Amino acid sequence: MRTARRAGGALVFFAVLALFPQVFQNATVTTIAVDTLIFAGAAVAWNIFSGYSGYLSLGHAVFFGAGAYTVGIAARAWHTNGDGVFVLLLLAAAVAGGLSVPLGLIALRVRRHTFVVITIAFFFIAQLVATNLSVTGGSSGILAPSPNWTAATFNDPFYYIALALLAATTAASWLIRGSRFGLQLRAIRDDEDRAAGLGVRAMPVKLTAFVISAVVTGVAGGLWFYFIGQAIPQFAFDPLFDLSVVVMAFFGGLGTISGPILGALVIEPAQQWLTLQYSNEYLSEILLGALFLVVILLLPRGVIPTAAEQITKYRARRAAVAAGPAPAGPAPPGPAQAGRAAAGPAQAPAGPAQAPAGTVPQAPPAGEQAGTAAREAGP
Amino acid sequence: MGRQVYEAIVDGILGGGIYALMAVGLTLIFGVLDIINIAQGILVILGAYLSYALSVHLHIDLFAGLLITVPAMFVIGVAIQWLFIRPLRGRERTSMSLLAAYAVALIIEGILYKVFGPTYVVLKASYITSSVHLFGFYLSYIYLYGFALAVACVAVLYLLLYRTRFGRSVRATMQNRTAAQLVGIDVNRVAAVTFGIGVAVTAVGGMMFGATSGGFNPNSGYDLISRLLAIIILGGLGSIGGALAAAVFMTTAEALVDIWSPDWAVVVFYVALVLVLTIRPAGLFGRGLARAQ
Repeated sequence: MRTARRAGGALVFFAVLALFPQVFQNATVTTIAVDTLIFAGAAVAWNIFSGYSGYLSLGHAVFFGAGAYTVGIAARAWHTNGDGVFVLLLLAAAVAGGLSVPLGLIALRVRRHTFVVITIAFFFIAQLVATNLSVTGGSSGILAPSPNWTAATFNDPFYYIALALLAATTAASWLIRGSRFGLQLRAIRDDEDRAAGLGVRAMPVKLTAFVISAVVTGVAGGLWFYFIGQAIPQFAFDPLFDLSVVVMAFFGGLGTISGPILGALVIEPAQQWLTLQYSNEYLSEILLGALFLVVILLLPRGVIPTAAEQITKYRARRAAVAAGPAPAGPAPPGPAQAGRAAAGPAQAPAGPAQAPAGTVPQAPPAGEQAGTAAREAGP
Repeated sequence: MGRQVYEAIVDGILGGGIYALMAVGLTLIFGVLDIINIAQGILVILGAYLSYALSVHLHIDLFAGLLITVPAMFVIGVAIQWLFIRPLRGRERTSMSLLAAYAVALIIEGILYKVFGPTYVVLKASYITSSVHLFGFYLSYIYLYGFALAVACVAVLYLLLYRTRFGRSVRATMQNRTAAQLVGIDVNRVAAVTFGIGVAVTAVGGMMFGATSGGFNPNSGYDLISRLLAIIILGGLGSIGGALAAAVFMTTAEALVDIWSPDWAVVVFYVALVLVLTIRPAGLFGRGLARAQ
């Protein structure tokens, strides 16, 4: 029942997205839309690794940039243009995936802060390599072949490919989350040593998630490159890319399926719109930082888990009111007691961690519960 | 060739003193608060801009200006900790605080762009341009003064940590936060003051960076933080002696590779980091793997 409703919601959501460029044909709007979809795909991909495993990667721009440069170099070498460039996205996937294996083998040996810092180090190495090699065009970067379709529908192919990427990645995220593999990942997130003790082969599991995530990010990078038309080291390997993707996932809800999409749909258009409106990138930088602080301080677990929790609470309260007539009796403790007793069973199906007090939102079971609730809430 | 190598080693050691000072602030913050202050790089740049503003607009000498910028950066550090780091709680506290620091860095960078613009500026003083002949080398006075200042600051920090009551409570908090609380240490106050001290040293580091780097702009923070991170990880997180050794090691290695190829010199930092961590995941002087996730 719940699965069917969720699948229906997802279908409606993607159907709306598919119709979007037919309704809005303004080039500015569709440009922002393409950008948003690319970032949504990258955010969902980032979440498959970092959200589920708890290993926070700030180096996914490496794969984004690798995808971009792969498409650029291959298109230049083989004189590919037009639709043919899209085929090169497969190559971008292969290169990003291939690159992620050695990087993952090195980085995944360490945890927490050290892991984060190593991913940042990878990112800087990649940027420096791209700046210093001749095959990448040095600091002037590399140009994309110009697409040969008409201006009127220029954005459409990019839009639909980005949408397909997002849909496929979301499906993958959903399948992984429910699978044995996904459970192993989340066990690693909660306590890696205990998970290993229980027979999870941590390294292969982490590495697989890392590679899946990198492959999608590489494709997103390749698509972005063809869409933007140019890759230079600062923008192909952009620290703001990493931060944006992380903010999107955190905003929507880390480790949920729909959270990163929601985050991308809110943050990327807002950022693009602000940049267009004020033609001042510094302002959008300040605002992104401020928004991020607000999210972290006020909604530390993201919109979707928090909203889902509020809805569950609200339902439970209504159920409690319905169950206990709660007469304004002479003995005040009586009704309150009854209400609480009724609340317990009413909430039980939603999740055991929810019921008692609601004051321990950070305890591991609550995190798990939030995830389940989010699946219920979002498409 | 031999002469170049000697020069590179001298440059590396003198430059390493400055990086050591900045890195000690970072590793101290990590040790006490268990967070990585990603904003340290941009805070160094902020310190450099404060020195710049004081010297250009008020004509205050760079070293005298430290009497103003160090307390100012201390206050900024305490404010950041109080407003954005302290309220974070719970299981994701570590990653959240890292991201909060990143967000603070972005905001500071944006403000610096707004105020000072993207053009590169340099700090100017007589002792930056004039040099002294020493042991057969020509050395700019600023390197000597800066190195002496960095050594003095590290010594003060050492005395503060190992010879005072406050230092003892800081070390206790680094070792075991809960136990420190149980024996009556105000852990929140220790955390705030430590963050303040860790940021205050960026005023000194920023002034030196601005005077020796040949120009900086708001974007310079990224390069700086990545080097500092490489240094403290290599030295072992939370190890002050490790940070000192790693800083000198890294800058010397960079200066040596610079003889051969300036383009690739910066990569040495990260390659050394990756290599060392492949062999010894806890860093050179680390206290064992960060186990608990």
